[in-house]
Amino acid sequence: MKELKIQPIRNGTVIDHITPGCALKVLRILRITEGTGDSIISAVMNVDSKKRKKDIVKIENRELKASEVDKIALIAPNATINIIRDYEVKEKHRVVVPDEIVGIVKCANPNCVSNSREPIKSRFVVKSREPLRIKCFYCERELEDISAGIV
Amino acid sequence: MNFKGRDIVSIKDLTEDEILHILDVADGMIPIARGEEKSDLLKGKIMASLFFEPSTRTRLSFEAAMKRLGGNVIGFAQPGATSMQKGESLADTIRTAESYCDVIVMRHPQEGSARMAAEFASVPIINGGDGAGHHPTQCLLDLFTIREEKGSIGENKVALVGDLKYGRTVHSLAYALALFKAEMVFIAPEQLQMPPEVVEECKAMGAPISFETDLEEATGDVDVIYVTRIQKERFPDPEEYNKVVGIYEINSRILGKGKKDVIVMHPLPRVYEIAPEVDGTKYAAYFRQAFNGVPVRMALLSLVLGGIE
Repeated sequence: MKELKIQPIRNGTVIDHITPGCALKVLRILRITEGTGDSIISAVMNVDSKKRKKDIVKIENRELKASEVDKIALIAPNATINIIRDYEVKEKHRVVVPDEIVGIVKCANPNCVSNSREPIKSRFVVKSREPLRIKCFYCERELEDISAGIV
Repeated sequence: MNFKGRDIVSIKDLTEDEILHILDVADGMIPIARGEEKSDLLKGKIMASLFFEPSTRTRLSFEAAMKRLGGNVIGFAQPGATSMQKGESLADTIRTAESYCDVIVMRHPQEGSARMAAEFASVPIINGGDGAGHHPTQCLLDLFTIREEKGSIGENKVALVGDLKYGRTVHSLAYALALFKAEMVFIAPEQLQMPPEVVEECKAMGAPISFETDLEEATGDVDVIYVTRIQKERFPDPEEYNKVVGIYEINSRILGKGKKDVIVMHPLPRVYEIAPEVDGTKYAAYFRQAFNGVPVRMALLSLVLGGIE
């Protein structure tokens, strides 16, 4: 019998096909560990998949909205969101990079106004989706290493 | 075309037609800028001039522009005399200043500061330089000068010389010249050559571009030589700096080998880039360029304040 690393969930959200090694960053971006009540969260990393390795995150008893999850497209552009009800996949879609990314990544330019003590959140506009290129709304500098810039 | 209430943060916020309209309005401002005619166009209006960084030309020409049009000026030339010293944020300073004026002109050392100010202020923000970011009014006065001196913008071959990597004015100018499809040659030592993203953007707009390291060879067939200051702190080795500064000096000998009607421009202040012997020649357009800051800024103030459509 095939051994399961994580048990299937009855109700909730499964984020599948996360870039290997990024599961914990995904949790951080979604701020999923803050105020989730009694929902069980599991993350597995480097699971074998058909083509390549992947990470998976499962959140029980909570259905995440697309707008909440699309933010993770920054670091896991191939991720899929599965909404599970009574052990069955009821909805499935791929993450989409939003047009604007607010408060998730920090500008790499130390002299950018968004890195100073001003009452604003970091804000990036998407220059291109494939490959993903984003630039700071304020200083207009392109962020080279998006993953490293995650707040 | 409606400029009333608009922010002028980057040259990229303006279309080609909008730029030409600003230059046309500026053209009509010249007699007032020279003091030959009087104007009350902006009587009763107040411009706040918030300079968090030193400036000679930008601040003085903005203030002169406002006063020539009958308006008033409040503000400061250094942050030491303000509540910023007590730790007040820029956002709060802007929200305070806007309640005292009709337009804010600002210079601030941080990139993106003018963009942020525009988000907080309901009065128009005109960016007078944000760190290594944008300086749109310098760009507009450069375009104005080229058009005044040469009759057009796009039909010239323009050499951009000096520190093309860090100089904020040349990035905006290259973009604007590309908008008008002007041919450009970038002349700089390799370590100070134009950043690839600027080149990529200009090429995508269809502007013919070439690169050179040899000043004398590359300026032979150009119509405009736009020179920028090479800063000593960009070179870890002072010897290397001295060598480069010597090679990239514009002098009468180099100009004598070029086109008869070539002009030399410089955003100023200059240090060693242009030999003083050039100052009195027909080639020297840089002091006329500095004057042009007044009519161009008069045009911008009139447009964003609704004095002119």
